[in-house]
Order: sequence, then C-alpha cells, then structure tokens
Amino acid sequence: MTDLTPVLTATWDAEESWKLSTYESHGGYGALKKALGMEPGDIIQMVKDSGLRGRGGAGFPTGMKWGFLPPDDGGPRYLVVNADESEPGTCKDIPTMLSAPQILIEGVAITSFAIGCNHAFIYLRGEVTHVYRRLLQAVREAYEAGHLGKNIHGSGFDLDVTVHAGAGAYICGEETALLDSLEGRRGQPRLKPPFPAVAGLYARPTVVNNVESVSSVPAIVDRGVEWFTAMGTERSKGMGIFSLSGHVTRPGQYEAPLGITLRELIDMAGGMRDGKKLKFWTPGGSSTPIFTDEHLDTPLDYESVGAAGSMLGTRALQIFDETTCVVRVVTRWTEFYKHESCGKCTPCREGTFWLTQILKRVEGGRGTEADIQQLLDTCESILGRAFCALGDGATSSISSSVKLFREEYERHVTEGCCPFDHAASALFDYETKAIEEAHA
Amino acid sequence: MTYTAETLAQLETDAADIVGRYPVKRSALLPLLHLVQSVDGYVSPDGIAFCAKTVDLTSAEVSAVATFYTQYKRRPNGEYQVGVCTTALCAVMGGDEIWRQVSEKCGVGHDETTGDGKITLERIECNAACDYAPVMMVNWEFFDNMTPDRALRVVDDILEGRDVKPTRGSHKVGTFKETERVLAGFEDGRANEDQGLGDPTLAGLKIAREQGWEEKR
Repeated sequence: MTDLTPVLTATWDAEESWKLSTYESHGGYGALKKALGMEPGDIIQMVKDSGLRGRGGAGFPTGMKWGFLPPDDGGPRYLVVNADESEPGTCKDIPTMLSAPQILIEGVAITSFAIGCNHAFIYLRGEVTHVYRRLLQAVREAYEAGHLGKNIHGSGFDLDVTVHAGAGAYICGEETALLDSLEGRRGQPRLKPPFPAVAGLYARPTVVNNVESVSSVPAIVDRGVEWFTAMGTERSKGMGIFSLSGHVTRPGQYEAPLGITLRELIDMAGGMRDGKKLKFWTPGGSSTPIFTDEHLDTPLDYESVGAAGSMLGTRALQIFDETTCVVRVVTRWTEFYKHESCGKCTPCREGTFWLTQILKRVEGGRGTEADIQQLLDTCESILGRAFCALGDGATSSISSSVKLFREEYERHVTEGCCPFDHAASALFDYETKAIEEAHA
Repeated sequence: MTYTAETLAQLETDAADIVGRYPVKRSALLPLLHLVQSVDGYVSPDGIAFCAKTVDLTSAEVSAVATFYTQYKRRPNGEYQVGVCTTALCAVMGGDEIWRQVSEKCGVGHDETTGDGKITLERIECNAACDYAPVMMVNWEFFDNMTPDRALRVVDDILEGRDVKPTRGSHKVGTFKETERVLAGFEDGRANEDQGLGDPTLAGLKIAREQGWEEKR
C-alpha cells in the first residue's frame, strides 16, 4: 500500500492555518531565506533536477518552462500564477489557497527570485469570495513581514504581488487566454508561438504556473531534490493532491506520491458509496478520457495514465457508480464546454453547440443510431483542429464513453428514454420528475 | 454619467487604487467592472462610461469585455446571487433536483431575479468544490453538501430577510454589492472568519495522521 505524503496539505489542520504566523511556526519562509542565498540559476536547475511537472493539467516540466525565458534584457519579466481552477472535478487549488495561502506566496517569492521577476500576479477565478479574502490578507501579511516588497530580507531583491480576481470564464485557465484576461481583454487564447516565455503578459517574457506547481517549490528548495525524487515514479516525481469526488464514501483531498492507484485511493476513501460498483471515472478532470474498473490498478502518473489512453490532468478523480447514466454525465459535460467555449475558433464554437444538440436528443430518447456515429464524426472534426485545448477536451468524454459504453447510448435510442432512475445516483432520496431541463 | 459628486469621488479614489496595482492601466478593467457592480449592482451604462474614462477605452471596448464574463451582470442583480451547480458531477449527486426545487420555490428560472429583488438565480458551472457535491453558491460563498431541504432553508432565509451562513469560510454572506467590492480587490476585514474545514478537505491528512505517515525528510 502506498503511504499518503502530506506536504502541501501538512498544515491544513493547524489552528488558523491560513495565517502567516501559523505558516511560519511550521517552518514557513525558511525556504525563501535559503533561496535568497542561492544563485537564481541554481534554483532553476534544482527545480529541473527535481522533475517537478506542471500540476495544472498539461504536466510540462516546471523547471524547463522557467528555463525557456530569454536572457535578461533589462526589461520586466513576469510570473503569473494560474489560480483559475475551473476544470470540472478539479478542486485542489481552492482548498490550498483557503487553508494555506502562504505556501503559495512563498512559492511565488522563490519562483520570482529564480526567474528575475519583480512583479508577480495571481489570477484567481472570481467565484470564490472567501478565497480571495484569504489571498489578499496573505499577501498583505507577507509584505508586513518583509517577505515581499523592497529589498526582501536584505537581499536587494524586490517583489510586488498582485492578486487579481477573474469574472467567470473557464477558458481563462488556458494560459494565453488568462494573459489576455489579465490585460483587461476578453479571455481568448492567443496563437502560439510566440509562447508566453518569449512574449507573455504585456508582450514580455512570462512564466505561467499552476498554484500547486508553485506551491511545491518551497519544499523542494527546503528539503532538496533527492527528497522530492524519492517520491513518485520514474518520470513522474514527487507528490500531488488527488481529489476524489462522487460516489465514494469519503470524498476529499488525498496528497500522495504520483503513481498511487485509484484502488488504493478508493480504499482510503472508505470504498464506494453503499458498496455499489464503480462504473466509470475521470483520472484528471472532464477533459480526460474516462476510465472504468479495468483501470483501478493503473498507476496514476503521467506515463501510465497516458499509456492507458487518458491523461493524468489535474488528478481530479470524479467517480461514478453503477447507478449513473454515462450519457447524462457526458451530455452535461458537453454543455459545460459549449457554455465555456470562447467562440474564437469554429471547430470548438460550432462543434460544442452541435454535440450538445445531438447528445440532448440521444439522452432524451429522441436520438437515432446515426446520431451516435455523428457524435464520433463531430468529435473527429474538432480534435486537433481547435485553436486551444478546450475544444480537444470537449471530445474526450464523448469519444471514450461511446467506445466503452456504446450499448448504453444504443439503449437510449432503442428504448426511447433514459433507462436510468436519476434519483438513484443522488445522495438524497427524491422522486424523479420530468427529465431535467437543459443546461444554461 | 449620473453619479452624485460623492459617489463619483469615491469611485475615483477606488479606481486610482485599482489602477495602481498594475503596470499597464487596461489590466484594471476586470476589477473596475467588479467595482462598478459594487456600486450599481450590475454593469450599468454609467459604470461602463466610468470604466472607459478610467482606462482610456471606448465604451464599446469596455462592453465587449464585460459581456464576455458571466459574473458581470447586464441587468440589476438580486441582492443575493444564488447558484446551484448543475455541471455533471453535482447534477448527478442531486444538483438537478435541488435546482428544480429552488427554482420552483423562487418562481424564477436561470438568470432571473425574484420580484422583490432578493435573489437572482443561476445554474452555475463547476465551482471547484466537487468533493462537497452537491454544491450551491450564494454570492460566491460555499454551501456544501446540499439537499433540497437545506437549499430551500437558505432560500427561505434570504427571502425573509434573515442572514445566511455558508458551510465553509465566512460567518455571513454579504450582499451582492458587498461581495463585488471584495472581488474588486478591497479587503473587508473578514478573512479570519472561519468555520473550520470540512471533512473532505482534511480527509487524506486525517488518515496520514492516524497511520503515522510522517513525511520522509
């Protein structure tokens, strides 16, 4: 059995865990002081050697991303933290910032020092009032203690941090859309190249990192590369927060080495709800192809999940038991992508619209056999042709679910209705009334 | 603009604070729109004009941005924004039924406001609290592990003018306008309000403590 490894979550149960004093009493900001005595290049090398990969979904090596910045030309360069956590199923960064915002602020300070940034931004999704309160306070407390501001701890290094709230747009989790949004524009993705490392915020060299990636940096600096690489698998090093949601007895946040399996995690979560059978799950949010009970022992690392046909994504493990209609779930996810499509490119804007039309028809028992093939064909027209990953992600659950549960789609067609009692999937009892209305 | 001199003066003071946070003025636009909503309760024509003047854009350019984001409201919003998550996981766990009952109780549908101006109802997308599904948000504060009864009680309280308390975080949900001021980046002195973390947040940590899985250093 794999042991859990609380590092990022280690202080969450402390009294007033969100306060600077609590964080410091648990050794917080020791890593910043250590980092300020190092050469910035050595910190970058350290993070490269640690093998830390982006925790926001794509899994790109964090140190390498930092290393892509061009040499200092005397002008500004920026760190932008992606705190726009919105991928369905993903719920790790919000509790991190609510419970222990200082770990992120310390990570921001160290990362900024390493890459030569004097003004960092945290782009928080706008729909989490109390998290924003905590972040604003955390930044203010860090300034007051001299962890931010001018000449930090006598190092000569200056850093300002601005916490910025978005206004409701999933697409702003895409790093270039996030930058446009942060510049006060509609949040639409940019053509790459140039990548943000070369021309990012205000067309200046910019690193965009996820909350959990940045929050992992202090521990790596403090405890060293070997400590970090001792956790995880060959090419997926370290720990990460696994977020279990859905039909398990104790959903929640489980911080573990990469490579832990869903079987182990469900076991820790007290098993499936009421001893029911696992039907399907997402390894990394709704943009990752779904898995079934055949994948219970797939190590949850980047390579193994990829080899099994999905993506580790954000480790957002949404778990659905046998009472759940897969067509209903996939329809609702697709409506999400339709709602969140920014409209910039045709495959995504039109594709998600038509996919929703077809899926709602099938789910409502008004579909035909040809609709199922049409779904696959439409997905094929989107995948690889959309401007950014949102369009691709919209197709994942459709293609994978038709492959795994085609007969369930067919039952909707042949029986002329959804064969499931929706109330059976809920956590409370109710009598099923009419088919739920369409999504907004 | 039809703002009183007093309101305008306050807006200008706050706007200067917001603009000062960024190296480039235009970046202030999103928080400025939140600020406008904190005064007018929606993105009003006056608010658009004010933002345009503040960041040197045309009002068309400001409108183009405002209409992109779901949190910016084009009509006067209710005092409380009540959002029921009906994205896939919450929907399946009971969100659909909660939505049905809440909507029936309020007598309004998605993006509609009750006649008394108390509640604007919204079917919201995933709000990053899936381990607490089904989830409802009131002015973007968490109401976790909802049932129809719990949700209806919250709605009742709002409609009858009683304070409502989230299940995590702050002690009391502020009004829509008060919330928008926070989202514009102004501290309201309530960050230390807390109700303890819910079981899901601490689920893994609790097991690690019980098992004595100390971090290997």
